[in-house]
Amino acid sequence: MDKRSVFKSWWLPTAFAAPQLLLIFLFFYWPAVSVVKWAFTLEPPFGGAAEFVGWANFVEVFADPLYWSSVTVSLIFAFCGASVAILIGLVLALAVDRELPGSGLFRFVYILPFAIAGPAAGMAFRFILSPERGLLAPLNALHPDFWNPAKYSAHALILVIIIFIWKWAGYTFIFLLAGLQSVPRSLLEAASMDGSGPIRRAIDIQVPLLAPTLFFLLVTMMTEGFVGSDTFGIVERTTGGGPNHGTEVMVLRIVNEAFQGLNYSGASAQSIVLIGLIMIFTFIQFRFIEKRVHYK
Amino acid sequence: MKNYALKTLLAGMLAATALGATPAFAEKVKFEFWYGLSGDLSDRVQEACHKFNDSQADYEVACVSQNTYDATLQNTIAAYRAKKQPAIAQIYDAGTLDMMLSKAFIPAKKLMADNGYKIDWNNYFSGIANYYATEKGDLESFPFNSSTGMFYYNVSAFEKAGIDFKPDTWEHVEEAARKLKAAGYDCPLAFNFDPWTMLEQYSAIHNQPIAREANGYKGLNAQLVFNKTKFVDHVKFFKKMQDEKLFVVKTKQLGMDVVPAFTSQTCQMMQTSIADHGTVGKTLPAGVKWEVAMLPVDKGTERRNSLVGGASLWVLAGRPQAEYKGAAAFLNFLGTPEMGQWWSTVTGYIPVTKTGFDAMKANGFYDKAPYKGRELAIASLTYTPTSENTRGIRLGGFTQIRMEVTTALEAIFMQNADVQKQIDTAVERGNDVLRRFEKTYAGQKLD
Repeated sequence: MDKRSVFKSWWLPTAFAAPQLLLIFLFFYWPAVSVVKWAFTLEPPFGGAAEFVGWANFVEVFADPLYWSSVTVSLIFAFCGASVAILIGLVLALAVDRELPGSGLFRFVYILPFAIAGPAAGMAFRFILSPERGLLAPLNALHPDFWNPAKYSAHALILVIIIFIWKWAGYTFIFLLAGLQSVPRSLLEAASMDGSGPIRRAIDIQVPLLAPTLFFLLVTMMTEGFVGSDTFGIVERTTGGGPNHGTEVMVLRIVNEAFQGLNYSGASAQSIVLIGLIMIFTFIQFRFIEKRVHYK
Repeated sequence: MKNYALKTLLAGMLAATALGATPAFAEKVKFEFWYGLSGDLSDRVQEACHKFNDSQADYEVACVSQNTYDATLQNTIAAYRAKKQPAIAQIYDAGTLDMMLSKAFIPAKKLMADNGYKIDWNNYFSGIANYYATEKGDLESFPFNSSTGMFYYNVSAFEKAGIDFKPDTWEHVEEAARKLKAAGYDCPLAFNFDPWTMLEQYSAIHNQPIAREANGYKGLNAQLVFNKTKFVDHVKFFKKMQDEKLFVVKTKQLGMDVVPAFTSQTCQMMQTSIADHGTVGKTLPAGVKWEVAMLPVDKGTERRNSLVGGASLWVLAGRPQAEYKGAAAFLNFLGTPEMGQWWSTVTGYIPVTKTGFDAMKANGFYDKAPYKGRELAIASLTYTPTSENTRGIRLGGFTQIRMEVTTALEAIFMQNADVQKQIDTAVERGNDVLRRFEKTYAGQKLD
């Protein structure tokens, strides 16, 4: 009896794949097609005849200076959030990987923030770092406006980025720790015997060998920072995009436009631009960075 | 044997479904009501639904909270597009025009007439009804939970500061603020960037237009004009007061919003909705004297009626006919004076009908704490007959326009931006919203 597990017929694998394909169609392609359709019409909220307007929605989006400011804010948010979260995750992973006493506990503790939903974290930090009643209030009493995210856009942006990092450092930590554990111990031991300390070993051996993981994290974290539901949740709960659009990321703008303003068409046009931007960034990352990450 | 039992059961269920409509198996007609209140207010709505279900045997309403007003509108839209809409939905003031143009509803008047209910539509306070009525005055939806802007002040603090006058004009408010400051109160008046009080209520009370075409009632071609009215001076006045540290910004982002700032006695005056009356009474420690008053006017201004806020109940089109009988019965039930009084008592919302209000006045509801003062909300709403500027605001995308105004106020009060320039920007961007709305509903007319 031949027990090779190869499907000879075409229909059986299709049947197995069908549920997945159906889900992708239902929850990805169908909405995506609707979004494209809406982006070129003026869609009344309750449905009904929608007038075809060509590129008018896009022209409107591109002509709005606040749209470009939201693109800038999103770029700063995604870049700073992703890189610092990865950096912190890396430092923590390197520390835990040394397996000093207590590292089991820290491994658990470091992952913990990732289990907290973005909006909840945002809400908590809004109180913790509020300028008049939070942790930094005493500093504000000494030096007025030392920390005031309700007044300065820069402070507000730092605030939301800190929350993002606080949550997602745990995520990068998991991947980097797993990556570190696959670094051959013999290499590290040999380096130790040559007299190099933990920092030297990290810079010369561990980080270069982690490059593929770091690259993967850079791509996923940038995307997360750009379009992740946490990005929306955190910003919406802490600053609401303010002060004066200072922390208005692209996703917040889209959600507000669609669901507060019931401007489904404008929001669809913005979504399409956002999808395009992500494709460009990911392409750049793969085209120019990926080639350099594999240690040889 | 088991199989047989199962089959019988299934057959029975089938029969029940098929025969559900016949009198012999008289099953209650069920319909849904979606609303946007949460917490304590949600419990009160549920209680109202139970009362209705217990009061008769023909209909059963299932009341579902969608937590917030905007979620209710969004979910109603999504459900309507998927043909799964509830029979009744509670839609907030800012969504009124979206509903009116949707053609997705059954007008209140028609629903009640079709189902044989005689409603005295003139019984609704005109200040409330006009917000939800057509230009001709026909109600499209049922006013439900209504509020208006009020002025709250800490009488104990006023006494300590030796203030012997009422904060009935902004000049008096300024004077009171100076005295409070001199008496050592750091935050005489708290305010935030909510345009509902600063722009909408102020404009109505001072008979200033917010937009052309009677604030939008006469057509979708309305244009915002509040960058050329007294509103600008009002904002400049607030800015001056803020610079002198007499009026203080209190927002969530800073750590405390206006109402908690007042109830924690951090600040001594504020403007907010009458719906906060209950919260303020419950939260301020016993022994602290406080009062609520009509919003102040600029000295020498003839006061006009303030605007109603809150939400109304819309009956959505496209449900089976039987459900509309139930919906009409439910809305009729909510409209009875007894229910109106119960609702106003347990929530703090104001009664929407004249008979409801009279009944409450007659049995002494407003005479003693904690309800004393709430009658002023009605007084404020009905202060004068409505004019073009005080009937309401009927502008498309009004939530977005409010957001533009909030942003402008934020820039002015947090970042020292130029008052006129910021309000001009808000008007300009708000007009873009209006023009897009007009295009989206091209060819439709307001009636």
